[in-house]
Amino acid sequence: MATIDDARTVECDVRTDEMLINMGPQHPSTHGVLRLLLRTDGEIVSWVEPHIGYLHRCAEKIGENLTARQWVPYTDRMDYLAGMNMNLGWALAVERLLGLSVPDKVRHVRVLMAELNRIASHLVGMGTYGLDLGSFTPFLYAFREREKILDLFEEVCGARLTYSYIVPGGAAGDLPGGWLDKCTRFLDEFWPVIDDYHTLLTNNAIFIKRTAGIGVLPAALAIEYGCTGPVLRGSGVDQDLRRDGDAWYTAMYRDYRFHVVVQKDGHYPQDHAYPAVPAEAVLGDSWHRYYVRMLEVVQSVDIVRQALEKYQAAEDEWSTPIKVNHRLPEGEVYLETEAPKGQMGFYLVSDGTAIPWRTRARSSCFANLSVTSELCQGCLLADVPAIVGSLDLVMGEIDR
Amino acid sequence: MAEFFAETWALPAPAAYALAGLIHCALLLGIVATGAMGFIWLERKVSGRIQDRLGPTRVGGKFGWLQSLADGIKLLSKEDLAPQEADRLLFRAAPYISFSASYTAYLALPFAPGWVAFDTNVAVFFILAVLGLEVFGVILGGYASGSKWSLFGAMREAAQVVSYEVPLGMCVAIPVLLTGTMNLTTIAQMQAGWFTNWLIFHDPFTFVAFWVYAACALASVNRAPFDLAEAESELVAGFLTEYSGLRWSYFFMAEYGSMLLVGGLAALLFFGGWNGPVPIFHSLGWAYAPDETAWRLTGFLSNLAGCMNFLTKAVLGVLVMMWARWTLPRLRIDQVMSMCLKYCIPLAAFCFVGVLGWQALGVASPNDWLPAARGGAIAVRETWWWQEAAAAPAGRAGRGDESGVGADTGDVVGGTARRARIAEGAGGAG
Repeated sequence: MATIDDARTVECDVRTDEMLINMGPQHPSTHGVLRLLLRTDGEIVSWVEPHIGYLHRCAEKIGENLTARQWVPYTDRMDYLAGMNMNLGWALAVERLLGLSVPDKVRHVRVLMAELNRIASHLVGMGTYGLDLGSFTPFLYAFREREKILDLFEEVCGARLTYSYIVPGGAAGDLPGGWLDKCTRFLDEFWPVIDDYHTLLTNNAIFIKRTAGIGVLPAALAIEYGCTGPVLRGSGVDQDLRRDGDAWYTAMYRDYRFHVVVQKDGHYPQDHAYPAVPAEAVLGDSWHRYYVRMLEVVQSVDIVRQALEKYQAAEDEWSTPIKVNHRLPEGEVYLETEAPKGQMGFYLVSDGTAIPWRTRARSSCFANLSVTSELCQGCLLADVPAIVGSLDLVMGEIDR
Repeated sequence: MAEFFAETWALPAPAAYALAGLIHCALLLGIVATGAMGFIWLERKVSGRIQDRLGPTRVGGKFGWLQSLADGIKLLSKEDLAPQEADRLLFRAAPYISFSASYTAYLALPFAPGWVAFDTNVAVFFILAVLGLEVFGVILGGYASGSKWSLFGAMREAAQVVSYEVPLGMCVAIPVLLTGTMNLTTIAQMQAGWFTNWLIFHDPFTFVAFWVYAACALASVNRAPFDLAEAESELVAGFLTEYSGLRWSYFFMAEYGSMLLVGGLAALLFFGGWNGPVPIFHSLGWAYAPDETAWRLTGFLSNLAGCMNFLTKAVLGVLVMMWARWTLPRLRIDQVMSMCLKYCIPLAAFCFVGVLGWQALGVASPNDWLPAARGGAIAVRETWWWQEAAAAPAGRAGRGDESGVGADTGDVVGGTARRARIAEGAGGAG
């Protein structure tokens, strides 16, 4: 039988060559320095391979040459969009090794910071996702509100991006006077703006067309690849470490009320005020991953409000963080926390000196990125940014 | 203008024509180039306002009005780069092809009665054909760049623009069908009178056809949400990836030039061209009659106001394009193509057939039933209240007949009668 390769075959479809093409590391929509190697047939992408390591800064190795307190600034630079959450993960891990628990006042400030940073991170995730889909304006609207959060952080710790605020044994300092009012004012201003975001993106017909049904990640596959955070919850898996995590971590949120944002019976918790799930959307697609983030912002606002109340009610003293040369007890500890992008784990082995013998960070984005090749198979070229953007990757955390 | 030079300076005919041609070209180049610069500034300002920013504020004092000029100087002073892999000749030629296509199309675009470089009776056809050439520059540029991203951009442009030419052509054919001429000047003159005479309000089909035209025009000039050829989040910058400096700015000027062009075409075909919503100059008797050639001040003023009307409408169209660009996400290539095939072409064809039926059956235009329209049509001939004291009605009527443009009898006039009357007007102007 004559095949397409047979020279004698005269009549056949025009055979097109596959093209190998590099998306990144310098590309507008790879969120930093991700390099995607694409094999495309025209517009159809047949194979995707992510290449990483362009932002590798040996953070883990550096951690084995610094004391636990000294390594805090390096955790900032992992997920630089959620520095507070990175600090928190490391601080909790070290505290667990030391068996050190912080007073309630510090605990509530930590919750406050972690949730505010979660809002900021999700805002960037939402804004850049709009950018990936060719819509420029939501990005600036998101950054406008994020600026206000950064202003709040700046007032607390002097930094706008790399905070090093939450440290083992407490936090760098108590909240300045008048800060609580400013935070409340921000939340009041932010609340109506959320509706704008939904009008601009969530409800936009083109946005739905571009994201619904694109990059469907089934729950089983998500678990298999170790996906966590909004990516996992977007696939309908009810898992949030703030509720289900290690007792050492969940203790931080012990008297807080919040919902884990995951779809149950076709509905998200408290989604009545927000756009309904469009008919085209399939559980686990890009739209759901995006929507989970948007609803988590709402939950975080709620948690921040509770934290503000609890902080004012807390009567205990502010604690002193550990010293720079604080000796760690011999042993090992691993603690995972729910960072905005997923489960961020810190592993620490100590040989009894002040400097850890081994430090390791479990990156959520790394696991989330690994699923790209599966999701992008057979999609169109324009879907690649739509899928990668919906995973909300930060290269600083993947490469460390 | 050529006759003017030939008579006053006693130049030989070829020289007079060459001189007139040069002046026309320079004027148009001025309009296209300064228009593009103005639009680049406007785009910055509009996007700034939409995005809760200020846009440029420093360069040139207030409102940053010199920003585009500063940009131009920056682009001029950039190194002229061509990639190693590029096909040098095509790479260099492509921006000029794009720009000249966009620029040449302006030749047939009338800004006011008689204010047109090249008054041809196939103006609609000419503009569509020449504007279609712009895609060649993009395809060549993308192909010759020797970059895969550029090639993707060129492929998309080729697929998209060529497909959208079909419904665009159909939509443009609808006003041509109604007026029975391809002469843009005549088409616009026939929409004189109240705004109800504008072809978009002629019947439901033209109303729908305008929206189809708007979508297709957006796609054919490559603006968001159809800016797939330069989709920066997917293709880096598409066909523009390897371009920099002046060559890049030529593509840019071509894009803005085409934007104004399709905006102007929409104004001429659907929104009455230079005719304002209220026929002030016609009722004053200042406007030129279709066959009038002698210069007079009142006519000039009427033309000037008409030109402003026309530009306002065209710029409004461009503003809407900018608004869409800064609001909407981008469609995907398959969605763009299926939108063309599934919605635009059938809708355009439906409207075309509908208008055909409307004309063939001689159904009166709804705006003929409207009291305002009747008033409007009559207003061309009859007096305004402030004129009544000054002149006798008979004199007014006479003047109205003289200007005659789009003058309805005020009765319900069928399409056939309308066309017959219109054809007379066209003959006079053509």
